[in-house]
Amino acid sequence: MRLIDLAKIIRTKNSGPFIITIDILFKERNIYYKLKEKNYFSKEWWAKIYNINIEDVLSVIYFDPVFAVKANIKRFIPSGDFGDTDVYGAQQHAPLLEVEINENY
Amino acid sequence: MLKIYSPTAILGYGFPLESYKRALELKPDVIAVDAGSTDPGPYYLGKGISFVEEEATKRDLSLLIEMAKKEDIPLIIGSAGGCGTKDSVEWTFNIIKEICRERRIHFNIGIIFSDIPKEKVLNALKKGKIKSLEGSHELKEEDILNSTNIVAQIGVEPFISALEKNISIIVAGRSYDPNPFSALPLMEGYDKGLSFHLGKILECGAIACEPGSGRDGLIGVIYEDHFEVFPLSEKRKCTVTSVASHTLYEKSDPYHLHGPDGIINLEETQFFQKDEITVIVKGSKFISCSEKWIKIEGAEFLGYRGVCIAGIRDPIMISKIDDILKVQYKIVEENFPDFLGQYKINFHLYGKNGVMGPWEKERKISHELGLIIEVLSKEIKITKAILGFLRSTLLHFGYEGRISTAGNLAFPFSPAESIWGETYRFSIYHLINEELEFPIKILKI
Repeated sequence: MRLIDLAKIIRTKNSGPFIITIDILFKERNIYYKLKEKNYFSKEWWAKIYNINIEDVLSVIYFDPVFAVKANIKRFIPSGDFGDTDVYGAQQHAPLLEVEINENY
Repeated sequence: MLKIYSPTAILGYGFPLESYKRALELKPDVIAVDAGSTDPGPYYLGKGISFVEEEATKRDLSLLIEMAKKEDIPLIIGSAGGCGTKDSVEWTFNIIKEICRERRIHFNIGIIFSDIPKEKVLNALKKGKIKSLEGSHELKEEDILNSTNIVAQIGVEPFISALEKNISIIVAGRSYDPNPFSALPLMEGYDKGLSFHLGKILECGAIACEPGSGRDGLIGVIYEDHFEVFPLSEKRKCTVTSVASHTLYEKSDPYHLHGPDGIINLEETQFFQKDEITVIVKGSKFISCSEKWIKIEGAEFLGYRGVCIAGIRDPIMISKIDDILKVQYKIVEENFPDFLGQYKINFHLYGKNGVMGPWEKERKISHELGLIIEVLSKEIKITKAILGFLRSTLLHFGYEGRISTAGNLAFPFSPAESIWGETYRFSIYHLINEELEFPIKILKI
């Protein structure tokens, strides 16, 4: 299954000037809990998606009330500093739209 | 029961008149609005100016002041002028003064500044009373010395003491976002966890609705053991998902929201749908912290940025673009040896990796590229010299295999480049553990 078909919201945004926080909200509770129990969205998983070092994935948190998983990653440049490309951090979600989820892995 | 009216996500972002009229009918006990954010970047804090235009702020404030007068209820503004520095608080105060003069109305206004003198921060650093936040750098003395403005995100106490003095309009500097909304419930003795959590939801106006909007309002009603939120516009509703997912938004940890007074703990929070548009929230807890760590923000001047915008359509040039740009740094060095170390160059290449930079995984390149040449220097004449030089050099650069020998760049504008102006960076985004006072200045207008 593609992640884009399982999720109703996929978004990124600054959480302060040094962190980009990424939210995936799932449509179905069952899929969410199945993936959560497997810790499908491990730090390794996020590091691979964004091509970054695992230390730059600061935390991954599952939020049951809305079937969501959140990852916090360190920005490659702080918001608005020289060399930044996205001051609000709102357009860093695109790689997630192409991801395939293997439910039975 | 207390009714809190949050008219919009940011003061000056506006709200529909229909929603405003509906709020008036509901007879709220207080109007609270947040004006601040670090989202627009370090420039505004560095300069001490608002990221919202004066006329837009005046439009919202005129209506809110009218309601405050008519209903005789307080109006509380947090993070006035966006960045919440002394200048931006005074900017907001002057707008209020002008509105009151035009309408011949009078108020007691309470002003709370939240600027922190550099010496205080330097002292705290020496005593080990500064902590880095996750992701931020270790604070150095020069970060403090080079900052043009330093503000603290103030706690709820100054708001409560202003309310106790019967002040009608409170204009506060940089504040923890929920505080303008939480102050009245806390003063009246409502549960801390519920008061702060409600404030957290209300501070973004109708963003916690479906469909969400930054230009519309929300009503929060707090009771002894729960609170309710609902939108003012008929076009929107609050759902369990829209309200619960709001604590995810822009926050690193949705279960534990850290603020200057402690932590809002959502581990046991329950959300219920009351009716089609209303959500009930229960069980949010507040954990007071024994040590007070307050967030401080500062920005440092980096120099003057110049930009040149150009398009590239030649497929041969596009196929060699990385090599062509790489060699430009060397050519500039050779041409301006005296400027070495006094400037920075960056190429933004839209159609390749302009949005995601080093995180871009897509290897395809577009058939046309948008190029922004960016130059930064503390000396405006160096910014101008290098930007102009790069424009002319790239325009006529003889790369290998070139067939189109008349010019490499399509400029949409004349002049092709512009001095964008002052550029800043966030130099401070840390926690401080110091006795800080935020006194209230009362002015009658």
